[in-house]
Amino acid sequence: MDLTYTEEEEAFRARLREWLAKVLPGLPAKPAAADWPARRAYDAAWQRMLYDAGYAGLHWPRDAGGQGATPTQHLIFLEETELAGAPYVGANFVGLLHAGPTIAAEGTPGQRARWLPPILRGDEIWCQGFSEPGAGSDLAALRTKAVRDGDSYVVTGSKIWTSHAEVADWCELLVRTDPEAPRHRGISWLALPMDAPGVTVRPLRTLAGSAEFAEMFLDEVRVPAGNRVGAQNDGWRVTMVTLAFERGTAFVGEVVACRRVLGALARTARANGRWDDAVLRRRLGRLSAEFTALWRLTQWNVSEAQSGGGVPGAGGSVFKLRYSHARQELYDAAAEVLGAGSLDADQEWVADRLSSLSYTIAAGTSQIQQNVIAERILGLPKGR
Amino acid sequence: MDFQLTDDQRALRDGTRELLAGRFGRERLRAAVDGPVLDRELWRELAAAGFFALRLPEADGGVGLGLPEAVLVLEEAGRALLPGPLVACQLLAGIVDGVATGERIVALADAPAAPADGPPHPAVTSAPVLWEHPADCDTLILLGGAQGADPVHEGREAGAYRSAAADVVRTPFASVDPLTPLARVTDIPRKIPLPLDVARVRREAALLTAAQQLGGAARTVDMAVTYAREREQFGAPIGSFQAVKHLCAQMLVRAEIARSAVYAAAVTEGVLDATAAKLLADEAAVRNARDCLQVHGGMGFTWEADVHLHLKRAWLRAEFWGGAGAAEEALAEGLIA
Repeated sequence: MDLTYTEEEEAFRARLREWLAKVLPGLPAKPAAADWPARRAYDAAWQRMLYDAGYAGLHWPRDAGGQGATPTQHLIFLEETELAGAPYVGANFVGLLHAGPTIAAEGTPGQRARWLPPILRGDEIWCQGFSEPGAGSDLAALRTKAVRDGDSYVVTGSKIWTSHAEVADWCELLVRTDPEAPRHRGISWLALPMDAPGVTVRPLRTLAGSAEFAEMFLDEVRVPAGNRVGAQNDGWRVTMVTLAFERGTAFVGEVVACRRVLGALARTARANGRWDDAVLRRRLGRLSAEFTALWRLTQWNVSEAQSGGGVPGAGGSVFKLRYSHARQELYDAAAEVLGAGSLDADQEWVADRLSSLSYTIAAGTSQIQQNVIAERILGLPKGR
Repeated sequence: MDFQLTDDQRALRDGTRELLAGRFGRERLRAAVDGPVLDRELWRELAAAGFFALRLPEADGGVGLGLPEAVLVLEEAGRALLPGPLVACQLLAGIVDGVATGERIVALADAPAAPADGPPHPAVTSAPVLWEHPADCDTLILLGGAQGADPVHEGREAGAYRSAAADVVRTPFASVDPLTPLARVTDIPRKIPLPLDVARVRREAALLTAAQQLGGAARTVDMAVTYAREREQFGAPIGSFQAVKHLCAQMLVRAEIARSAVYAAAVTEGVLDATAAKLLADEAAVRNARDCLQVHGGMGFTWEADVHLHLKRAWLRAEFWGGAGAAEEALAEGLIA
């Protein structure tokens, strides 16, 4: 049980801090939320700065062009960039956290050489085509079909919840290549060029009012067979590698941010008189314990990943389940602090309150997470 | 940074679990329920194994370990429902003679001080000063001494006082926990001051109590899962039903969140970290015992099943060393400090 960072880790932190202090003042202004091309350009420019400074693909293996950093160094990076107010991973999320690691782990040398460097440089943006209208929690029910025709697959179907589809160059696409096989064994992983004929993208407006996601329609889209990563019909296993990454590291910066928001809530409540309400005070005190523990659990999981080869385990489900709920509680408490101000949709905390509603649904609903914990960690029998 | 247990810490945890399984198994546990008198022989054996002298320097006959190791040992004690003033003896070994060797059993009674900058809060000064296992103790250490209306709380200074158990006036009452007899302290001679860092003792007592709660919370997850695998209804193990699975999953999440907070507080030794750890561990222990009872169905409501022993001990520990209200207020203050 050691929570002190090594000299090497502290040196890494110091170098990073120094670099952030130097470059962040030079960043352009943040683009408007609805301006997708501007958002892409902003996120890509930030990724290029990381690349030039040697921070791109920090947690990727060196032979994939990454920095081969330890999970602890990655944790420090996510903590420090959040504390410094640096841009989020944004449009580079799928490339850096899903598609890239999958290609690095399962791709051929040629595929790695074609796709990984542009991700690291911020030159190419990826989106994710997994979920379908009929395949959400039950992802293996996906029906988008790919039929082999010579050197190509002909893909037809539809995908939903595809973030950044409007500006993406590539889509990591799950397709059914064998409709006769058991569901998990008839799926393949394809890299779909978003400019291929037959691809239609339609923005999907969420309850937050913004179009953070899109629907994607595929009408006899030809995808070269060489764009398949992993063996034909082995896409399910290939994908599970990807999802483990998502559950492991996606929320580190957010926990840091939540702790800062909590402090701001307390100070706001003190200023507007609501601090006199003991029920509210206790609620905020309770959340303070909650986010402190979530940060410690993050350090625990990172320590485990460090000794266990870097791929996060099922413990990520424990974190995700509790964190998604705590985030919603945080912004519900924010609404109580704001009072009538919580009805102003332009207020930052109100916008975050709305977006927090997706947390118990996206990347595996809370109910699915509980099944995962019960079956994979506790060993309870599968059933209904 | 490596937050995981070291090999030595794992060995200590496993060894403690083994020792307690051998010396305080289910038969001994149920015998203790029927006659809750502390077993002096067992107490000396625990002492010989280093239970109390764990943190004393090796030069003084101790084991020379730290707070994280004490937390691991107390967690195992909580798992096993081991009764007795374990936290007090762990904290007072080396300070009160005979405690480290198990010859003397000592308890702590806490009379929290009123806030310095205002009138004493009635909820603080009217709270009874509790004493666990009064008939088994040789010595009682009183912490604090707030200005209050009754003779227990009225003290000249917030310090610590040592009293022979026989000199303390107490009113025993029927404890909700059959394994932990309780009394209210109604008068106590403040004749022998004890040089103690009272704030530190309170902080560590809260943390070590939280460690016991963590052990109980983890044990009830195991009990619920074992039962859910075995018990069949509608032709299937009840653990195959999502309604039961989700209860069990949430139990594990509570225990693991509490574990992160408790272990971190043992490393940082921060007062707010200990407060957060106690809050989360209390919640994990109480709610896990409740859910464990629910998973056990009708069996859980019987005296024969051990579930109620975990629930009652969790309730009891939650009342010691700061309840949820005080903890949440302290953590809220910490947000604006």
